[in-house]
Amino acid sequence: MAKSHIKITVNGKAVEELVEPRTLLIHFLREQLSLTGPHIGCETSHCGACTVDLDGKSVKSCTMFAVQADGADIRTIEGMANADGTLHALQEGFREMHGLQCGFCTPGMILRAYRLLQENTNPSEEEIRYGISGNLCRCTGYQNIVKAIQYAAAKLTGVPFQEAAE
Amino acid sequence: MIPGSFSYHRPSSVQEAVGLLAKLGDDGRALAGGHSLIPMMKLRLAEPAHLVDLAGIADLKGIRSDGNDIVIGAMTTQHDLIGSDLLGTKIPLLRETSLVIADPQVRYVGTLGGNVANGDPGNDMPAVMLCLNASYHVTGKGGERRISAREFYQGAYFTALEAGDVLTAVRIPVPAAGHGGAYEKLKRKIGDYATAAAAVVLTMSGGKVASCSIGLTNVAETPLWAEEAAKILTGSTLDAATVKKAVAAAEAITAPASDARGPAHYRTKMAGVMLTRALARAKAKARG
Repeated sequence: MAKSHIKITVNGKAVEELVEPRTLLIHFLREQLSLTGPHIGCETSHCGACTVDLDGKSVKSCTMFAVQADGADIRTIEGMANADGTLHALQEGFREMHGLQCGFCTPGMILRAYRLLQENTNPSEEEIRYGISGNLCRCTGYQNIVKAIQYAAAKLTGVPFQEAAE
Repeated sequence: MIPGSFSYHRPSSVQEAVGLLAKLGDDGRALAGGHSLIPMMKLRLAEPAHLVDLAGIADLKGIRSDGNDIVIGAMTTQHDLIGSDLLGTKIPLLRETSLVIADPQVRYVGTLGGNVANGDPGNDMPAVMLCLNASYHVTGKGGERRISAREFYQGAYFTALEAGDVLTAVRIPVPAAGHGGAYEKLKRKIGDYATAAAAVVLTMSGGKVASCSIGLTNVAETPLWAEEAAKILTGSTLDAATVKKAVAAAEAITAPASDARGPAHYRTKMAGVMLTRALARAKAKARG
């Protein structure tokens, strides 16, 4: 099968590659670009571990061919830290609020939460839970993930973070 | 889970896409958001030799008013439907339905055209389209034609589309001002198909139902338009006895499969419960 030539911006860097049309975006990112942050969980577009940000949308990269992403601007967890190397507010939030245990879902959670906070800078707890409903976590029970996102929302909007009473 | 090999095409016009699909015949398939087709390709339930990606066709995107209708391009995503102020004002039922489809990531990519054209009885939009009396713009070898949603669905994954056809847009007559609409969906979890779901649009006049239309999701091989149930309700105040009669009429046309979502008789009853709830909510939203 003839390979297709694609040009993509990944984490701010221009990338030109040849791909087989059937190559899924997640495999392209992990195997061709060695970006192993996005994870392969269910492979059936349920779990959200493969979530990346693509042209201002959160997408499950296991359910998209790399050729479909030709011309797109993609961000993965590898591109989340600030330019000076300090952690992004979401990464800091997940650390401070213990938003992860095994960490498998975390790259997808953070990329999804990133887009959620772009669209809604001050989401309610309910909006956060609905916003991450396409991402499964089997460790935390979500409680601390919600807190981590609230922490980041507060930091990004310059408001002191206050943990809700249990 | 890697799909079989295929050649990829990205036409930039509907004409080009239709020409390609006509030439490729059974070897070619149109690709919209891909969130039904790609999972099927991974399982090798679909093995098209050629994919014709519709994403490069600008004409297939967007939501516009056309006289008394709203016309929505086939490649408009569920996310776009949710964000549309025009739809929010004119047909809020579409926003409400979009919000219970799959999850946020899928809604960014999943399209209205794919949802209605695929013929999957589990998809939510087809029953809503029956309820709203939508029609589909289809371009094929012989040019453009329109097919009523109520005549489109013939069986599971079997529709009025013929080889080489592309569904380009969905045309929906705007329901009367003051109408009430509701979509009630029972599902086990986010991302699940409906155990049963019901769409209702009604208008009220002097406390009585002036018009009513009902669609049912995933309780037969095709979405269902519950014409008889709607007739029973028209002219009533939606009193308990009449609603019960209408629900029985709606339940009578269902023929669900027994599956992991429950045995057939349970799913039929749940269609009735969803209809009862949708009627109450639609009535509360209606003026008149």
